[in-house]
Amino acid sequence: MSEMKQRGGGVKARRAVCYIVLILISIFCLFWFYVLFINATRSNGELQTAGFSAIPSTHLIENFTNLFQGSIPVGRGMLNSFIVSTLTAVLSVYFSTMTAYAIHAYDFKGRKLIFTFILAIMMIPTQVSTLGFVKMMESWKLTNNYIPLIIPAIAAPVTFFFMKQYMDSNLPASLIEASRMDGAGEFMTFNRICLPLMGPAVAVQLIFSFVSSWNNYFLPALLINDEKMKTLPIQIAQLRSADFLKFDMGQVYAMIAFAIFPVIIVYLILSKNIVGGVTAGGVKE
Amino acid sequence: MAKSSTAVAAVPRGGSKVTRYNVWGYIFLIPFIAVFAIFTLVPLVNTIYNSFFENYVDGLRQIGPNFVGFDNYVALFTSGDLPKYFANTMIMWVLGFIPQILVSLLLAAWFSNPSLRLKGQRFFKTVIYLPNLIMASAFAMLFFTMFSNVGPVNSMLQGMGIISEPYAFLDHAGSTRGLVALMNFLMWFGNTTILLLSGMLGISTDLFEAAEIDGANGTQIFFKITMPLLKPIFIYVLITSLIGGLQMFDVPQILTDGGENPQRSAMTLIMFLNKHLFSKNYGMAGALSVILLIVTAILSFFVFKMTASDEVKKKRK
Repeated sequence: MSEMKQRGGGVKARRAVCYIVLILISIFCLFWFYVLFINATRSNGELQTAGFSAIPSTHLIENFTNLFQGSIPVGRGMLNSFIVSTLTAVLSVYFSTMTAYAIHAYDFKGRKLIFTFILAIMMIPTQVSTLGFVKMMESWKLTNNYIPLIIPAIAAPVTFFFMKQYMDSNLPASLIEASRMDGAGEFMTFNRICLPLMGPAVAVQLIFSFVSSWNNYFLPALLINDEKMKTLPIQIAQLRSADFLKFDMGQVYAMIAFAIFPVIIVYLILSKNIVGGVTAGGVKE
Repeated sequence: MAKSSTAVAAVPRGGSKVTRYNVWGYIFLIPFIAVFAIFTLVPLVNTIYNSFFENYVDGLRQIGPNFVGFDNYVALFTSGDLPKYFANTMIMWVLGFIPQILVSLLLAAWFSNPSLRLKGQRFFKTVIYLPNLIMASAFAMLFFTMFSNVGPVNSMLQGMGIISEPYAFLDHAGSTRGLVALMNFLMWFGNTTILLLSGMLGISTDLFEAAEIDGANGTQIFFKITMPLLKPIFIYVLITSLIGGLQMFDVPQILTDGGENPQRSAMTLIMFLNKHLFSKNYGMAGALSVILLIVTAILSFFVFKMTASDEVKKKRK
């Protein structure tokens, strides 16, 4: 009896420790974004002289107005990022699912070899072929063009692997058979039967592809130098390399907030899918 | 051949029909294979080819391309730059990875512990995963402003009386590397926690119950049961994180604006590659790419063996 009680008390104490640590870690994760928000509401004068403050000020709209009238066309940058990321996500997910479907639903010569090959190249970073890629795009006159940022996403090994894993447990052969019995062609079966059944996996991968394209800095910076074509990460880098002290700090924070907060808002709306999706198609088990 | 059970058309029902269906396997593969061949394979071969040529711009003069064999590789290793940047990359990776794996193990152990029954897990998971999705370049810019001499961190530390003068974080090698490591930690520990957690939840609860009946305490259970069974995922996390670490670029690039300061102590391998790509030193960029390719290929071989064996295990089930 007393032992039971003691153990119960022990668990309670341990649970309290867990909560305290978890809350501290959460604060540590959110602190930066909180300060970002606060500082985006403060004027340059307040930021330069008044030091740190935990309370928002009143200059949020003013900072954003200045940002949009400033020298870096951030509105255009966000639109560019949005176009590139959307097209990348759609093409990448559609064709990688199609590839996974080819491996999943058909039995042909070389099927195993191709599957093994895609698994083998999955972890090789794209940076190692960038030199040849950039040279090729230069000779094809495709610099300052979104084609090199979008089209290569059709071959996305990680998305392929996620989709293949998902199909193994969620796309029964009988459904594909039934669709054929109804006289649907193979292409139709893929579009009308397979894709809708893959719904949750497609949603997760659309988000991940979108975010990774949205955040991509390395390759766009090498290929895009036309002011009107630049995506947000390139503009952020531009802001960093400009003479810092000349800037209106309120505007600097507003720009960082402009790049970060839309993703946070979308994430909070979709977080259930995203956090679950990290492992759903992964290597685990 | 174990796989044929999942392939629909493999069920024999009149040879010609099967063949007719299976042709579609090739057709559906065309976009992926074609794009991969054109945009990755050909550039990769071109990169390797370029690594054997002297080809750069010196002032207004174009030097080369002249075939120089392995000279670019020799130059990379003997000039001291490559070892230095490799060391920088590894130091920052290790500094971030150690706290990342420790915190992730602890959190995953708590989340999966049935006797703790922690509430609000979804909230905590959402919060710790958040930094992973943030644009790394914008996050680095945020850290740059926050840790600048007039930034909020310095004014807070001064306000609390910890320091009297602003500390120039980005003028010192230690604090610059520390900031990069801190950001890598922040961006990746949530992801690692979720991976380790799914591994821990996969362990049969019978094992824990049996151990408890045998009188094992929490610490013993963790080290004698959880850890050994978690080893495959642990290795997976380690190697994928190492491959990710070798690709470290956005954060140190933006934080240090190209890595020249302080004393090139936060210059990573990919930043070095980026520098050669921008200055159009194709020979050196090629050689560096090939070295990175070899290192990551060796590392990914281990990941590949694990993913491939997972696939086989699944099929046998």
